[in-house]
Amino acid sequence: MPSFFHHPPVHPPNAPTIELDRVSVAYSDRPALEDISFQLRKGERVAVVGPNGAGKSTLFNVIVGTIKPSSGKVRIYGSGPAEHTCIGYVPQRNKIDWRFPATVWDVVMMGRTARIGYLRRPGRLDRQMVEQALVEAQAEDLARRQIGELSGGQQQRVFLARALAQEAEVLLLDEPLTGLDTPSQEAVLAILDGLGARGIGILVATHDLGQAAQMYDRILLLNRRLIADGPPSQLLTSQMLSRAYGSHLHILPTPDATVALADECCSDEEMGEGLELVG
Amino acid sequence: MAFFDWFLSPLAYPFMARALLASLMVGVVCSVLGTYVILQGMAFFGDALSHAILPGIVLAFLAGWPLAVGALLFGVLAAVGIGILSEREEIREDTAIGIVFAGSFALGVALLSTTGSYATDLAHILFGNVLGVSQEELWLIFGLGLLVLGVIVALYKEFLVLAFDPTLAVVLRLPRSLLRYLQLVLIAVTIVVSLQTVGVALMLAMLVTPATTASLLTKRLPSMMLVAGLVGALSNLTGLYLSFYYNIASGPAMVLVSTLVFLLVFLFEPKRGILWQRIRGQQQ
Repeated sequence: MPSFFHHPPVHPPNAPTIELDRVSVAYSDRPALEDISFQLRKGERVAVVGPNGAGKSTLFNVIVGTIKPSSGKVRIYGSGPAEHTCIGYVPQRNKIDWRFPATVWDVVMMGRTARIGYLRRPGRLDRQMVEQALVEAQAEDLARRQIGELSGGQQQRVFLARALAQEAEVLLLDEPLTGLDTPSQEAVLAILDGLGARGIGILVATHDLGQAAQMYDRILLLNRRLIADGPPSQLLTSQMLSRAYGSHLHILPTPDATVALADECCSDEEMGEGLELVG
Repeated sequence: MAFFDWFLSPLAYPFMARALLASLMVGVVCSVLGTYVILQGMAFFGDALSHAILPGIVLAFLAGWPLAVGALLFGVLAAVGIGILSEREEIREDTAIGIVFAGSFALGVALLSTTGSYATDLAHILFGNVLGVSQEELWLIFGLGLLVLGVIVALYKEFLVLAFDPTLAVVLRLPRSLLRYLQLVLIAVTIVVSLQTVGVALMLAMLVTPATTASLLTKRLPSMMLVAGLVGALSNLTGLYLSFYYNIASGPAMVLVSTLVFLLVFLFEPKRGILWQRIRGQQQ
């Protein structure tokens, strides 16, 4: 249980932001993740790529803390996750009740809850942080809107603002671009670029390999196990991809490039999983 | 003047003055807590809990304790029991609620059937009798009612996060289970507070109806709580007077008024009301 007023733990300068040490997760005997180890350094931008059911959402849930690993350890800045509030997350949009009576301002202020502490009301600093976060997420003119009145792209920006108000140092985004039109996607990507420039790390779950290769420094190929971990150039070989996607992926070498075709796509089932509370 | 007379003259009876205060307090507490009940989809839970406390009431009655003590004990037991049952993955939460609800209610009725004045007692417990609130019970209603409201205000930020986005509560390292159980206990206490006024069977309406009316009229939680509290208090007040003048049972009278208010708002609310939506739809 946190102390009465929240005191974020000190972050040792050289510790990895997130570290998974041989983490496994099983849902009633069915393994969802097996023996995953990796580290995220400060400010790194990493994509987790894998087919449906590969455990991307489970991985995020383990890092966030909604699921406890069956074995292995999650460390944040070198220590157990219990007191750290530096992990921001952007929920999948279908996990949120958009009729909830809250304005954009209210939602972004929720990110300040731990910093404000029990039995206190938001002070001037908190209001400044919320305003700043809204500006950075290009959502300042939405502040008074009820959250149900927002478009998909605006919804996504509001949750980015919430993570910023939280003073998150690494952001977890589960399929952040699913269902957005191209201009909204570009707006979200531009904001993510801005965060990257400020040293905020990003961990994105996506099924879109092409985008992952373009946007991120590093790719984790996941299919229950960690198949590969490295920069896009190194990973996107047909051998690696077929290990991750198995028979669902067909690799067609053409004169100009290698084309990868997946025989299932991601919309329905992918929307169904996501950051979720278990138990 | 006739209205003031209509309003004031019943208060000359002490039982009516107590009933008025009790109805107002119950209306406010139920409706304000009710906002969280409807936002978190806990209506079924609230209904179940109000039935599950029956054995506590009967046992307290048989033992000669204050009824509230027994009710509170069984309320908390049932809340924790449902929590524990549904933590196991094999049983869905609504199933767990159903089992505890029906089993506990059956136990209560069975216990009650062994006593002499079975029918009268059962009617009182099921439907309440606000005109019979004693001075001590009034103190209890105000003490516990203010306690519930105090906790809602004190933990406003934390409950808001939990209701809107439970994963954020984990990310912010709020004590999620503790807050969740505290909410369940608050509901249990509120049910105890309202027992005398509306009884077990209509408790759900007190929790759900004014809060839902408020949700149609507001777009932020604080204003929703305020409007819900007002609607709840005014509905109970009106219901009480209807009960006094027309000899209708008090609990049902209150619930009927708040249901009527809900229907009016549902139909006529300018922005989202069904009627205006139809009219606008035809114009297009």
